[in-house]
Amino acid sequence: MTTLLYLIPIALFLGGLGLGAFIWSLRSGQYDDLDGAASRILIDDENKPK
Amino acid sequence: MSCCAPTEIVSDLERVERAAPSPEEVRLASRALGDGIRQSDLSVPGIHCGACIQKIESALSKLDGVAAARVNLSTRRVSVRWYEEQVPALVETLDRIGYEAHLFDADADKKDETLAELIRALGISGFAAMNIMLLSVSVWSGAEGATRDLFHWISALIAIPALAFAGRIFFRSAWSALRRGRTNMDVPISLGIILAYGMSLYETIHHAEHAYFDASVTLLFFLLIGRTLDHVMRERAREAVKGLARLAARGAMVLRPDGSRDYLPVEEIEPGMRMLLAAGERVPVDAEVETGTSDLDCSLVSGESAPQPVAPGATLRAGTLNLTGPLAIRALAAAKDSFLAEMVRMMEAAEGGRNIYRRIADRAAALYSPVVHLTAFLTCLGWIAMTGDLHRSITVAIAVLIITCPCALALAVPIVQVVAARRLFENGIMVKDGSAMERLAQIDTIVFDKTGTLTVGTPKLVNAGALAPRTLALAAAMAAHSRHPLSKAIALAGASAPHLALADIRELPGYGVEARAGEDLYRLGRADWAVTDGSVDAQAGTVLSRNGELLARFEFEDRLRDGTTEAVRELGRRGLNLEVLSGDRPAAVASLSATVGIDRFRAGVLPGDKAARMADLAAEGRKALMVGDGLNDAPALIAAHVSMAPATAADVGRNAADFVFLRESLSAVPLALRISKDSGRLIRQNLALAVIYNAIAVPIAILGYVTPLVAAIAMSLSSVLVVANALRLRGARRSRAADPRGTAAKTGRIGPMEPAQ
Repeated sequence: MTTLLYLIPIALFLGGLGLGAFIWSLRSGQYDDLDGAASRILIDDENKPK
Repeated sequence: MSCCAPTEIVSDLERVERAAPSPEEVRLASRALGDGIRQSDLSVPGIHCGACIQKIESALSKLDGVAAARVNLSTRRVSVRWYEEQVPALVETLDRIGYEAHLFDADADKKDETLAELIRALGISGFAAMNIMLLSVSVWSGAEGATRDLFHWISALIAIPALAFAGRIFFRSAWSALRRGRTNMDVPISLGIILAYGMSLYETIHHAEHAYFDASVTLLFFLLIGRTLDHVMRERAREAVKGLARLAARGAMVLRPDGSRDYLPVEEIEPGMRMLLAAGERVPVDAEVETGTSDLDCSLVSGESAPQPVAPGATLRAGTLNLTGPLAIRALAAAKDSFLAEMVRMMEAAEGGRNIYRRIADRAAALYSPVVHLTAFLTCLGWIAMTGDLHRSITVAIAVLIITCPCALALAVPIVQVVAARRLFENGIMVKDGSAMERLAQIDTIVFDKTGTLTVGTPKLVNAGALAPRTLALAAAMAAHSRHPLSKAIALAGASAPHLALADIRELPGYGVEARAGEDLYRLGRADWAVTDGSVDAQAGTVLSRNGELLARFEFEDRLRDGTTEAVRELGRRGLNLEVLSGDRPAAVASLSATVGIDRFRAGVLPGDKAARMADLAAEGRKALMVGDGLNDAPALIAAHVSMAPATAADVGRNAADFVFLRESLSAVPLALRISKDSGRLIRQNLALAVIYNAIAVPIAILGYVTPLVAAIAMSLSSVLVVANALRLRGARRSRAADPRGTAAKTGRIGPMEPAQ
């Protein structure tokens, strides 16, 4: 029972971290161009335009 | 390295001949970002792969004054940020490296707020569902006493914000339906979720065994998946359609009385203003020609494919394209009173007259909510009568509400439509919304427009073989200097001919092209202008002359779209009634209809009559598909049961149509029909699955055997089943891919085109 007292907050914190990361990635526009992201990885130009 | 441009889509749009937008137009369509930087959005349909991204981004960022360029491959768009002082030559640059680009309106590009809200809600409800489910699993595996209570309390705490945030999408819609005294799918959903939560909270307070927190949150999660898919599909098509060429003028160069020039947006042009219209520009508002002669492409307005010569005094309709010579014109009406606006009003009228189609999902919902509520209520009454235990009765009734909650039903329709829309998209067809596919599956009549729909709308030289190679080469060399469609056809036919030395080439708008070779004066164009010895009459069409003597005569015909005959034959085989409705001359329409094999046709039809014909068909109880491209078709596209337009259509028409096909081939029509019928069948299967699920689950729930564990398994299982069934539509593609499709180029014979030059 005592283990639960710290395991549950840890579990919830980790879950919340995942949710936070998802919402951050959503806001920073990482889902705006899914097809493009897949292709951009193949571009090997060093000084890529910003 | 470049696998791509020019692509099919680009070649399809080739006939949309337009001059690159002027710097003023680029500035007008951009938006200020502050700090002296402006952003322009361009739609580039030819973007294909990583190599395109690199090519475009490096070419654009090398331009002077460009701060940054970023390609979005999913939406086929480029956004460019540039410094305010100087407008970079964006469209010209893209054109040079082989990509056709169209300017995008800054205000048309608003962030999709609804999608953002749906995805946020999806993320939050997913997070809550996963955590609560884990806690529930511990409870089901035997957690007892204080531990169980603790888990229940934590679940309740996680569920509350999730329901408040993710659930309000459903609560809002349910509330607005209830307020107007109606009911929709969201009413039983909201009721189920809220009651499940409320009851679970009550149970938790009283240290009871069963709590439905997991059910209420998972339910929300599944339903949101369906809702999000539905939304994504509709938005995607809308975005893609928006990104195509814009066929109305954005502004015009206005000549002030004091001689100064101003580039004004269309809305600010007032009657009486004088404007300059260069070759390749569209007429911004209804206007009258003051000086200059030219040829006008009116095909999008009247359906007439032959260009019309205009001279001072002629009236121009908004939306027509100036082909050959610069004109000075005087506005006759403001944009809101112009031909285009008149069409929009006619479309609104047609919209009002159309029967409102109710989607299958909505019809199911209308049936569903009363049945579910009645069942739950009767269960409650039954248990009270049987046992007299109020708490137990309410628990069972709520279990009925939870188990019948339309998880599978809510996914049944959108998931099929998303898969079907994806298949259509892969075949170059975009669909506006799910109900369009449902409507398409019902049709029994197809009405085609002629110019631009059955035909490509561009003329083709037919007697090239009968001409002397040297004559053809000469004509082609001269024709290459003109934008007139007939000239382009000649240039194309003689493209392989050797180059000839010509001097003093000049185009006389409305007449033709003349050039010198040594001592001789050659003229290519209108017969009465080119031939001066009176040996031919003015009706002789397009000719080539040397020093006023007839050298050759050219015959043209409009070309059928690829696969038109096959598509028409296949549609006929399916027992559909086909007819042609055109604004063109009767002779041209008759010969074309005979070529493609359609018996019924009407020629010389006005835009209003086309819409009226649709209304007549609807009144006869027929369900018609209208396929058309012109401005003159737009009211009919709206009035029809369901409508389809090629990507080359006028933007008003394209926005009015339910389907837009990007490729040239007309085989898109039978293909869309087939996929719609397939998806209609799968939707009915899915609904049947949902009904069977309920038929099994509801009696169990009524008898009181449903625990949270049973509810969780039953709901997930039914959703997975429905999704798996929908994915069969993808599998069907592979077996069908081997089918020979009518893609081979077929050029049908249509009557000779009225020569105009």
